[in-house]
Amino acid sequence: MGIVDSPPGYVTGGEIRFRGRDLLTLGREERRRVRGTGMAMIFQDALSALNPVMSVGAQLGEMFQVHRGMSRKAARAEAVELMDRVKIPAAASRVGDYPHQFSGGMRQRIMIAMALALEPDLIIADEPTTALDVTVQAQVMDLLAELQREYHMGLILITHDLGVVADVADTIAVMYAGRIVETAPVHHLYRAPAHPYTRGLLDSIPRLDHKGQELYAIKGLPPNLTAIPPGCPFHPRCPLAQDICRSERPPLHDVAPGRTSACHFWKETLDGAR
Amino acid sequence: MEPDELPTPDAIRPPGGPAGSAAGGAAGPATGNPVAEAVAGGTGGRPGHGEPVLEIRGLVKHFPLTRGILFRKQVGAVKAVDGVSFDLHRGETLGIVGESGCGKSTVAKLLVGLERPTAGQIRYRGEDITKLSGRALKAVRRNIQMVFQDPYTSLNPRMTVGDIIGEPYDIHPEVAPKGDRRRRVQELLDVVGLNPEYLNRYPHQFSGGQRQRIGIARGLALRPEIIVADEPVSALDVSVQAQVVNLLERLQNTFDLSYVFIAHDLSVVRHISDRVAVMYLGRLAESGTDEQIYDHPTHPYTQALLSAVPVPDPEARESRTRILLTGDVPSPADPPSGCRFRTRCWKAQELCAEQVPPLEVPPRFATPDAGPAAHPSACHFAEERQVVPGE
Ligand SMILES: Nc1ncnc2c1ncn2[C@@H]1O[C@H](COP(=O)(O)OP(=O)(O)OP(=O)(O)O)[C@@H](O)[C@H]1O
Ligand code: SF4
Ligand code: SF4
Ligand SMILES: [Mg+2]
Repeated sequence: MGIVDSPPGYVTGGEIRFRGRDLLTLGREERRRVRGTGMAMIFQDALSALNPVMSVGAQLGEMFQVHRGMSRKAARAEAVELMDRVKIPAAASRVGDYPHQFSGGMRQRIMIAMALALEPDLIIADEPTTALDVTVQAQVMDLLAELQREYHMGLILITHDLGVVADVADTIAVMYAGRIVETAPVHHLYRAPAHPYTRGLLDSIPRLDHKGQELYAIKGLPPNLTAIPPGCPFHPRCPLAQDICRSERPPLHDVAPGRTSACHFWKETLDGAR
Repeated sequence: MEPDELPTPDAIRPPGGPAGSAAGGAAGPATGNPVAEAVAGGTGGRPGHGEPVLEIRGLVKHFPLTRGILFRKQVGAVKAVDGVSFDLHRGETLGIVGESGCGKSTVAKLLVGLERPTAGQIRYRGEDITKLSGRALKAVRRNIQMVFQDPYTSLNPRMTVGDIIGEPYDIHPEVAPKGDRRRRVQELLDVVGLNPEYLNRYPHQFSGGQRQRIGIARGLALRPEIIVADEPVSALDVSVQAQVVNLLERLQNTFDLSYVFIAHDLSVVRHISDRVAVMYLGRLAESGTDEQIYDHPTHPYTQALLSAVPVPDPEARESRTRILLTGDVPSPADPPSGCRFRTRCWKAQELCAEQVPPLEVPPRFATPDAGPAAHPSACHFAEERQVVPGE
C-alpha cells in the first residue's frame, strides 16, 4: 500500500498490479488516492492505529470530509451510520468517545469501519483478531465476512492462525522466510499440502476435536532474515532435504490448476512422503 | 537439540519424589463444602494418578480500588478471583482456560506465592500454606515453581543464562552447594535440550523458544513437584510451540511433575491436560476431564467458547454452528449478581440473577447412567450440547 517506511524498508523490485495498474510506478499523489478508496488496511493493534486524542467520530468523519468533500455535519452522520454497521451498540451516543474508552473488540470494529468508510474494492487485514479473545474474534471475523459479501470486496487476510484462514479463505498463500512457498485453494491445501513446511505446520498444531499423540515438531528455528540459508531456505529444517536443496533454490512449480509449490520434491510431498 | 532420552541428573528430583504418599490421608477430611467435593471427586485423573498435591478451597483475591492522592480511600475492589476451588493430583496436568481478564494469572500468582489471597485455602499435601510464614513457607514454596508467558521480558537481560538458572540456589542454598552449581546448571540446560556450553551467554542471544527453555530450566532448578505454567507457549512461533509442548510433557513423565497449565488456546490445553477447568470472571464455570469438557460441555459459556475456536479444517466450515455471544465481559469490579455469565447468556432466567449456581454435578446428571455429562458445571440450566465438530 506504499506505507513501507523508507528507510528502513525499501521495495527493491517487482510489480504490484491493482486493477491492471502497477502501483509501484504511480506517483505519491496518485498512490494516496488509491489508498483509502481502492483499498484499505486493517491492523492488528487498533489502539496504536487509531489516533488517541481524537474522538472516533471525528476520525471516521475526517475520511468523508477529505475524500468525499462532505460537510462536517454530514460526515458525522455518516460516521454514526458506519459505527452502527459494525455493530457498536448505541452508536449515536458513543460517536464522541475516544479509542481508549472502547473495548478491544469494539476498537477493532471501529478500525473495520474506517477501512469500509470509502467502500474499497480490497481490504488488507494484518492479524486483525490476534489480540482478541476467541469469542470476540468470532464476532469480528463474522462481521468482516458479512461485510465482505455485502460490499463485494476482496480480502487479503494475513495471519499465523491456520484455524482462522481455514474458516474464511478461498485461496491460501503460505510464506516462509519472505517468500511464498505454496499457494492452493483452501480445501486442497489442508487435505494434501504440496510443501513440507505447510505439512509440518499442519501436523504440529494440536487439535480441538481429539487429544492426539505427541505433536509433530518442526525441528530448528525460523530463519534469521539477515542470513537466509542458500538454496531452499527451508532446507535446514526439512525432513525431505537432499543435496540439491542446499544448492538450488526451488522455483514456484505449477503443481495443479491453481496450485503452486516452491519445492524440488513437491510430488513426493503431495504423495505423503515426509 | 531435542534429547530423546532425558538423563536424570542430581539437579532434578528423581521420579516419585521424596514425599511419597505422605499426604494420602489428607485428601480424606470432609471439607463440608459441596463445591469442593464435587470438583475433587468424580472428575478422575489419568490412570495411576495419585493423591492430591494441591487442594484449593474458596480462593479469593480482591485488588482494592482506591481514589484520592493524599487520603487514599478504598472505593471498591477488583474481584479478580472470587471463590475458586479445585484439586491438583500428583503427576497430572490441570488446564485452566478462560478469556482475557478472567483471573487466570492471578490464580497462578496466588499458587506460587507472588500474591497473598484475600480469603481461602491453598493446601499443599494437606497443609494450608496461606497460614505459613518464614522458613516453613520458604520450604514449601520450593516445591511450587512458575514458568512465565513471555520469554522476552521474564528473563533479566543483564544476567547470564547460568546466573538466571542458578539464581534460585541463592535463596535455597541447601539444594545445591556453591561449588556444585555450575555442574547442576549445565545438567539443567541439557535436560531442556540446550547446549550446556551456553552457560555464559545472555538471553538476547537466544530465540523465543530457547528462552522459554531457559525459563523452564530455571523452574526445574529447585526440583519442584508442581509447576504452574502461565501461557508458556503463547508467545512462541507456531512452528516452535510443538517443541516446547513436547518438552513439557517429557519432563512431566521423567520427573513425575504436576502441572497447572494456563492458556487461552483451547487446543493446546486439550492436548496437554488430563483435566480442564473453565474460568469466567473470577470463578470456575465448569470442570472435568478433557473429554467431558470438550466433547460433552454442559455450561453455556464453555459451549460458546468452544464453538468460537477456529478449527484448521475447511471441511468443518459448513457443518459448524457458532454460538455468537453479544456484549462484552462485565467489569470484575462490578460483577453481575447470581450467575456471572447471565449478562451474555442466551438461556438466562430470573433465577440466574438471584442465585449463584454452585459448581457441582447438576442434579439432572447425577444419575449412574448420565455418562460424561456428569461433571461439575455452575449452571442452573445445564444441558449437554456438542459444539466441537467431528467424532
Ligand atoms: N495488581 C493488580 N491490581 C489491580 N487489578 C489487577 C491486578 N492484577 C490483576 N488485576 C485485575 O484482575 C483481573 C484478572 O487479571 P488476570 O491477569 O488474572 O487475568 P488473566 O485471566 O490472566 O488475563 P489474560 O488472559 O489477559 O492474561 C483483571 O481485571 C485485571 O485487570
Ligand atoms: S526444496 Fe528440498 S529442502 Fe526445500 S522444502 Fe523441498 S524438499 Fe525440503
Ligand atoms: S446459570 Fe443461567 S445465566 Fe448462568 S449459565 Fe446457566 S442459564 Fe446461563
Ligand atoms: Mg494472564
